[in-house]
Amino acid sequence: MLETLLPILIFSALVLAVIGAVRRVLLWRQGRSSPVPILQGLAAMPRRYLVDLHHVVARDKVMSNTHVATAGGFVAAAVLMILVHGLGLANPVLGGLLLVASALMFAGSLFVAKRRRSPPARLSRGPWMRLPKSLMAFSSSVFLITLPTVGILPAGTGSGILALALAAVLVCGLGEMFFGMTWGGPMKHAFAGALHLAFHRRPERFSSKRGSGCATALKALNLDDPKAPLGVETPSDFTWNQLLGFDACVQCGRCEAVCPAFAAGQPLNPKKLIQDMVVGMVGGSDAGYAGSPYPGKPVGEHAGTPHGPIVARTGTALVDAETLWSCTTCRACVEECPMMIEHVDAIVDMRRFLTLEQGNTPGKGAEVLDNLIATDNPGGFDPGSRMHWAADLNLPLMRELGQVDVLLWLGDGVFDMRNQRTLRALVKVLRAAEVDFAVLGNEERDSGDVARRLGDEATFQALARRNIATLSQYRFQCIVTCDPHSFHVLGNEYGALGGPDFNANWEVRHHSIYIAELFAAGRLQVAPSKGGKVTYHDPCYLGRYNGEYEAPRNVLRSLGIEVTEMERSGYRSRCCGGGGGAPNTDIPGKQRIPDMRMNDVRETGAELVAVGCPQCTAMLEGVVDATAEVRDIAELVADALVERSADAGNGRDSSRASQPAVESRPVVKEVTP
Amino acid sequence: MRPEALGEAVLDVAVLVSVGRHPVTGRARRADQDARGVELAKSLERAQVTLLHAGTLGEEDEEALRGYLGMGLPSLALIEQPRGADVLPALARALEEANPQLVIAGERAEQGEGSGMLPYLLAERLGWPLIGGVADVESIENGTATLLQALPRGQRRRLRVRLPAIVSVDAAAPAARQSAFGPARRGEIEAEPAAVEWDEAQTEWSVTPARKRPKRLKIVKAASARDRFKAAAAKAEGGSGQVLTDVTPEQGAEAIFKLLKEEGVLR
Repeated sequence: MLETLLPILIFSALVLAVIGAVRRVLLWRQGRSSPVPILQGLAAMPRRYLVDLHHVVARDKVMSNTHVATAGGFVAAAVLMILVHGLGLANPVLGGLLLVASALMFAGSLFVAKRRRSPPARLSRGPWMRLPKSLMAFSSSVFLITLPTVGILPAGTGSGILALALAAVLVCGLGEMFFGMTWGGPMKHAFAGALHLAFHRRPERFSSKRGSGCATALKALNLDDPKAPLGVETPSDFTWNQLLGFDACVQCGRCEAVCPAFAAGQPLNPKKLIQDMVVGMVGGSDAGYAGSPYPGKPVGEHAGTPHGPIVARTGTALVDAETLWSCTTCRACVEECPMMIEHVDAIVDMRRFLTLEQGNTPGKGAEVLDNLIATDNPGGFDPGSRMHWAADLNLPLMRELGQVDVLLWLGDGVFDMRNQRTLRALVKVLRAAEVDFAVLGNEERDSGDVARRLGDEATFQALARRNIATLSQYRFQCIVTCDPHSFHVLGNEYGALGGPDFNANWEVRHHSIYIAELFAAGRLQVAPSKGGKVTYHDPCYLGRYNGEYEAPRNVLRSLGIEVTEMERSGYRSRCCGGGGGAPNTDIPGKQRIPDMRMNDVRETGAELVAVGCPQCTAMLEGVVDATAEVRDIAELVADALVERSADAGNGRDSSRASQPAVESRPVVKEVTP
Repeated sequence: MRPEALGEAVLDVAVLVSVGRHPVTGRARRADQDARGVELAKSLERAQVTLLHAGTLGEEDEEALRGYLGMGLPSLALIEQPRGADVLPALARALEEANPQLVIAGERAEQGEGSGMLPYLLAERLGWPLIGGVADVESIENGTATLLQALPRGQRRRLRVRLPAIVSVDAAAPAARQSAFGPARRGEIEAEPAAVEWDEAQTEWSVTPARKRPKRLKIVKAASARDRFKAAAAKAEGGSGQVLTDVTPEQGAEAIFKLLKEEGVLR
């Protein structure tokens, strides 16, 4: 009886799955066009899955093994089942393999079940709670049905009732695994995820045989075409592969666990945001969501449609604006996402609409943007006073030299008295290493980082184009900056704005990278550290955005400092709360992000936290009752510098005698004979 | 939704907007007070707001004017006037033609003469009442508007004025909303040619950058915190001031001349 029933069951499940798949594809196709190489993407998919995705999944060893067993077992069992039971190829070898595959899957699903017994808060419940049962139903029923096929049990074993019961269990399993995969069940992640990997909007982010990939630059908006839409208003304004990416979410909540805004009680949960986008794409309310809500916002009050607004001007729609403005763009969620979903891109896309179309940047955001337009810096300071901090330093100007080795990009920290100390230290270090450098002085403008993260692509591009025009007048080997935000924007985002007549791809280095190089070249001599426990805070825009975790640690090592790592460091570093314009929009939460970070510092027992970013310095130093001092890496190096011997001292600045270093210039000199 | 769709009386509001000048960098921008005027107009119910600017359309000017459109208005009427023209007659003619019920203007321009006289001269020409320093328009019904006028030290005065009227706004009016790039780019600037009358007087003037005006020292002789607070919150009570009523212009001028002598402004 089973011999006739099985092919019917299997093929009807397959047909239903195909119908569901077509429906799902049509849902994605509501999005804007986004050209991707289809065949190349499909060809690259296995590698992306096995290497890049599993690299992320493998951070949790147990879960990784569970997934390999369950998913690997399922794929093998499904294919073999179609051959053996669907097409009737009752080959003992195939049957044997099918037994192995379904047994492996069953073993994996036992671990899934174990994890679901008391799941951590980050996991979604609801339909996900039945997944281990469905996995076991599928694997066990396939296993049992295959036993007679390979002859372990004689054909026709069991009564008709037993066979019917087995078939019923199989239907449960097939329903979840085949039907649910394309009709929106938990297994949807496998179908959408595979295609998402193939048609990802940032193919550069995947590793290749040449090395690991990195693609963190935001995509530029086309502002030349007045008809081109500015940002994302409705779910259908996302590109189709972004929608596909949202659909791939497996609701594992790793993003939620690392999100600084969520931890601070601000109304953002990256997982919920992605699920809300899926709700919007399909149309309906978020009542079916079974994970942690946005802090302070109960589930079930928001609803949306594919062509309706995501953020309502008044009242509620799919998402509240403050959810989008809570993000610090720290990319912790993207780094942790095993499905390679780009949360930050989506958030900035929606912010672009709010800023460029609605003019609704909250808090001080609008004022900052106005200042950037009128004064080229977010604080509204006189751009002519950019170099006042260095009045006594005699910094060489690019305008006068035209060509140097290093262009020192100062950033907007020039207006901040705390950052001026860092800049002074950096200048001292560069002079000690006799680096041929110059600054742009008053010709420099804000890099456009804050404007871009606040969604004001127009102001970003205006600033960027003027900076590019300034930079392309001069000749230098590399740009060095102590601001990771400028480092990221100049190094990764200006390139897309260059034209055929001018190249905007410069060699840009963060000061920690450059100082590490100076140490490696033996150009800096320092006294060994006096000791004391030191920890290091990875800035998001240096670490996760640019993959630079080692250079700052190397610098600290050269100073004789052993870094006591915080629990969350490196790619898992917790944001200071200062990125993405979050200090400007200032969405209230239960606690402040920098307070949480200084708590991380306190837990290491460190007396000093080394940083490499003006934003991080400002945010962490703003913490009351901090147990550790906040010092920039440049300051630590400058403090440890040893004066060279007299001969060497006389020789310094010989290349630029007209600009003597401050230290060597006497204030009062006796001239009596 | 256009206000007309409501089928109710529509209030025609014209806002006079100028090209501003950023106080730090001197870049052209939407003028702060004029933008507050637009904000005030947008906050009125059932208002049909038109923007009026008299001037040329240079590249910098256009960007600044688009700043007003970015507040969510579909178009701006540009009365074409070359530099050096007296915009007053052209503006007055345009207003007479359009016949709005309410005209909103900033107190003074951020560049050019910036005398703050324009609303007054317009009101004189049109024969309309003028209210300065308006902080809010509370209601408009039956051709009368109830306004809240800002006085020094946060005091407010409620006034009823018959329409049409001109009101001018200063920093006491609600701050202007953010100007968004999309609507600013889409909004249309509708240029209308207009007769030109040259500003003859201006050519004879010499213009120098303004100096900061010296501030009169306020000497508070207060023994206690309570007295200091009272002094800070008290109305300006110029002890030696006098109110002149029913005097001839000559007598008035003489009084002013005398005061200026006393104060040492004139020697």
